[in-house]
Parts: sequence; C-alpha cells; structure tokens
Amino acid sequence: MKTLILPKEHLDFFGSVLQQFGELHGPVAHGEQFVFRRLNRWSEIRLDYTRTILPPKKYFLPPRERLFRYRRGAGWVPETADLERRIVLFGVHACDIYGLNILDQVFGGRYCDPYFATRRRHIAVIGVDCTPDEHCFCRSMRADFVSQGFDLFLQDLGDRYLTFVGTALGDDMVLATQGLFGDVTPVDIEEYKRRSAERRGAFRLEAEIRDLPEIFEMEYQSGLWEELGERCLGCGACSMVCPTCYCYDVADEVELGSGDSARTRTWDSCLFVDHALVAGGENFRASRASRVKFRFYHKQRGFVAQYGRPSCVGCGRCIEACPAGIDIIAVIARLREVDHAATC
Amino acid sequence: MPQLAEAPGPALRPNWSINPYQPALAHIVRVHRMVPNNHLFTLRFADRHQVETFRHAPGQFVMLSVPAAGEAPISISSSPTRPQVLELCVRRVGRVTNALYRLRSSDVVGLRGPYGNGFPVDRLAGNDLLLVAGGLGMAPLRSLLWYALDLRERFQAITLLYGARTPADMLFRDELVSLADRPDINCLLTVDRDPQGDWTQHVGLLPALFDHVEVDPARTFAAVCGPPVVFRLALERLLALGFSKDRILMSLERRMKCGIGMCGHCSVGYKYTCLHGPIFTYWDAINLPELV
Repeated sequence: MKTLILPKEHLDFFGSVLQQFGELHGPVAHGEQFVFRRLNRWSEIRLDYTRTILPPKKYFLPPRERLFRYRRGAGWVPETADLERRIVLFGVHACDIYGLNILDQVFGGRYCDPYFATRRRHIAVIGVDCTPDEHCFCRSMRADFVSQGFDLFLQDLGDRYLTFVGTALGDDMVLATQGLFGDVTPVDIEEYKRRSAERRGAFRLEAEIRDLPEIFEMEYQSGLWEELGERCLGCGACSMVCPTCYCYDVADEVELGSGDSARTRTWDSCLFVDHALVAGGENFRASRASRVKFRFYHKQRGFVAQYGRPSCVGCGRCIEACPAGIDIIAVIARLREVDHAATC
Repeated sequence: MPQLAEAPGPALRPNWSINPYQPALAHIVRVHRMVPNNHLFTLRFADRHQVETFRHAPGQFVMLSVPAAGEAPISISSSPTRPQVLELCVRRVGRVTNALYRLRSSDVVGLRGPYGNGFPVDRLAGNDLLLVAGGLGMAPLRSLLWYALDLRERFQAITLLYGARTPADMLFRDELVSLADRPDINCLLTVDRDPQGDWTQHVGLLPALFDHVEVDPARTFAAVCGPPVVFRLALERLLALGFSKDRILMSLERRMKCGIGMCGHCSVGYKYTCLHGPIFTYWDAINLPELV
C-alpha cells in the first residue's frame, strides 16, 4: 500500500483541499460527547475524540430513509435523490471502518442493496488512529487495525501522520495537495512500530473470541440470560449505537391528499418486542430474556457461521449506552467462567 | 480469525436495474373466497416478459406489496407447472392483508421474488412423498402437491394428510376432496369437528391420520407445514415411524421485511428463513434454536 507522510502543520490546508471532494464531515464535540456531522469550520474537528454517539453507519444506512414513492399508474419509483451527495468523512477510527466493511458484506452479498452501495461509493472515508479508553475492546474483536475500506488512513506519529493510501480516490486527494505529503523515512517506520506496540499495551478490556460460538451453544440454557432479561429495559439503545447492527423495519405511509404513498425504512432492534412477531400473533421471542440472548447469540455465534467473524468490532458504544449497565465484556467473561453459567 | 473475504465498499456495485427491493406491478386476475378470511388471489404480472419468464420452485415465496399499505411475505400456492399466473392464499390478519382484501379484480399490487430455497424437488424425485399439513399449512404445500401430480412419473407413491378445524375452514376443500377419487394419490382429509354433519371424510385430529397410512421411511420424504402444534405432533409420529431427520422437510413462517437476508427479522439461530429457508430439514431445526 502506498504510504506517505503528512506533516501536522499542513493538516488544516489538507482539510481545505478536501472540500473539492465533497462536503467535509467529521467528529465534533456535542456536550461532553462527540458526534459526526458537517464541519462548519475545520477548527471544529476533534481528532482527539474517543467515540461518537452514533457510528458512521448513519451516513450509509440512515436512521430513516425513503426507499420508494408509490404513484398510481407509475408504481413504485425508487427514491434516489439524496444518494449521490459527495461527502468526505474525516477522522473515522479503525473499528468503525471495520464496521462498514462488515455492512458491505451484509448489503453487498448475494443481493446488493443499491441504496447502501450508492452511498458507499459517494462517501469518502479518511481514517485516523486512536488511543483505547476504558470501554474499547476492538483488539479482542480483531478490529483494532483495518487494511481496507478507507480512502486514506492517518496514523499519528507526533508531529506528522503516516498516511496509508487505500484507493485511487485517496491518491487523488494526496495529489490535489500538490506536494504536501512527503516520503516515509526509516525513522517514521521505527516511530510507527514503537507507537503500535505502545497502543497494544493500552487496552484495558479483553475478551477471548476463539471458541466463543461453541461456548454460546453450550450455554444456550444458562440462567445468565434470564438474569440479563430481568435487567434489560428493551430500549434498543445498544442496536442504535452499534456500527454493525443492520436490522431495519419497512413501512408504507399514505401522503394526505394525493393518495400516493411512501415506503420508508427505519432502524430496528431485535430487543423490540415485535421483532420476531409474525402475522397471526405468534411471537418467536416474546420474552425479554430470549431477545437479549438473541442479540448476543447473533453477533457472536450466528454471524460467525454466516460471515466468518463476529458482527462486533469492540467499539464499546453498547457498554456506554446501556442504561441497565449490561456489558458485553462482562457477559463473555461470565460465560467463560468455569463453574458458572451451566450451573446457575 | 479469517479476514473479510471480499473487497470493501468501493467494490460494491449499485445496480438500480436489479434493485432487489423493486416491486413489479401485477394485477389481480381473480379472487376466490375459499374460506372466510382466507381467500385465494390469482395474480398476473403487468409486464408480458415477466409473465413468460417468472419461474419459482414449490415452497418459495414472494414479497407482496399493496399500495399505501405495505409489504408482506406470502408463500406461492400454485405450482410452477402451471405458469402465467401466481396463486397466493392469503389470510386476512394484518395491515397489508386487510388492504389486499379491499382490492378487486384488475386492481394493482406489487410483487418481487421468488425468494427462499423452496423444496429440493430434484432430491425428492424418485421417492415417495408424504405431505402433512394442518390449517393454513396447506398454502405452501399445495404448490408441491400439484408439482408432484403434474409431473407424476417423477415420483413414487404420494400421500397427503391434511387436517382443518371444520370443513368450512379447509383450504382448497373442493379441489382436495376431488383428489380422493384419483388412484395415484392417497389423500386423507380430516376435521376436528363437523358442526354441519355433512362431512364425508375423516373426523378427528390430524395425527390420527397416520394410523391409516403405510409408509416406508427409507424411500419417503415428508413435508410438514402448519401451526406449531402440528409440527410437534407430526414430528413425533414421523420419528416414531423411523424417518431420518434429513428426510423430514418443514416449511416455516417468520416476520420478514426484505426477503433477501438483510432486515434481520427472520433470523433463526445462524440462518435466515428468507435465504436459507423457508424449507428446513428437521436436522436443521434441531440445530437452530427457536426454529419451531
């Protein structure tokens, strides 16, 4: 991969150059937290952010979007108006890029979701490295580094960024600066390695995911799930903040007056009581315990069987967002505990 | 830990000409008021090319759109051996189906599909077939029934066991009663109760019909569909007869919003009913929690 050096003193200028590639969006402060949104000024960007409330998923699979408009005579006409808006999303962490790569698998498999795919092609992703905090466990989920799914990725080396160029578009961005980027020297490589090792040692949370699917299978009847069902409020916050949760609901709404209607999809959550409810009233996951279990089971067991890895990137958002204090690391630890789950 | 196999985002190719969510326009050809709140809708695509090229396997389903109401998964009740139209047996039970019941002949609906795996008809060929249906479970099995009857030489003995609450609740009743005269199928119909007293077939619960049939489990495939209680009781009987778990096929129903493995609602264990089902073997069912 093409690798270059960007001196930090040029970062502001690079930001202004990027505007020719689309609307500039990035992490900004929002109270005590952070959100991704359009930058009014480059100085708003907070590259020291920990995690944003919502992952960048919202740009590719919006919380609510119109898929079709139905008109008498014309039928269902796809709503494509907003899909080709060019955006440069600056400052995405490795785990969130990994989350996008996982969504690529879901929405670009045997069937391709053209809404997601069109946005993915029009939104540039510029990654930036980060320091783990007390909720981060991306390393356990093998998502602390990412080698694809971005146009550029910046690694902080103190007064400069080591820059990985991931795509032709990323290369065009570099070229558009007309010489802002320099060559990598052996000193840069040494510094990168030093910081990489340092970061590796900074993780405070750890979960072992090998053979976790098997442990989930064996602990399917564990009393732990009932316990979690008692605590869970069924609010779905964990799904909303998750970079890889992709469940959605679809509904038609009539537009008053015209008789036309719109088909809209919105984010959904497997914690919601009607997620597995079928017409006629049969609910395959009526109890909250069964829904909590399903969410963990699908991410750590079901997704692994279908796509070869868990649909979790260890971003820590669900730990931070859960009002009931349900913590995936603690759940995995309990399941792995000898003399615990099967007997409780 | 295996890395993601395919190239990331930029490799995704949005192709709007094959938008998988796009419903194609279809017209209602006929509404047969088979059973109260269980009508049979005959549909034909508006586009001639689609009428000629649409092919499905027995057991597959379509996503049916009713303008301004929404979309719902409906299994196809007609056999692919009878193309040009699609027959959907739709129970009036939710927002979409209620809206459908307000439509009449020549009104417009939307269709996309077919989806799901369908019955493995090539694997079934050369074997005996034992179809076991309870209540609405006849809707998806009827496609397989007529497929087998229309291609009769491909199959050995065919047996149908079907139970409904009363004669008035029996789907496809006239059609199925007339099968009783056909020598090349053993069609046993039963009702739990016969309030009118004019039912000429069996009265009693569905599992009792098993006492009237002789099957060789080694050369028979069983196809089961119905409410959860039918699955439980039928499975009990089939296992007692010595059926291999691979030779018991079940057609399942789940909530679906996409039909193509994305919306997440039909997930059971590590499979999606829409992509990997709706036909599962009993062996699959044992390994997928919550399946039945």
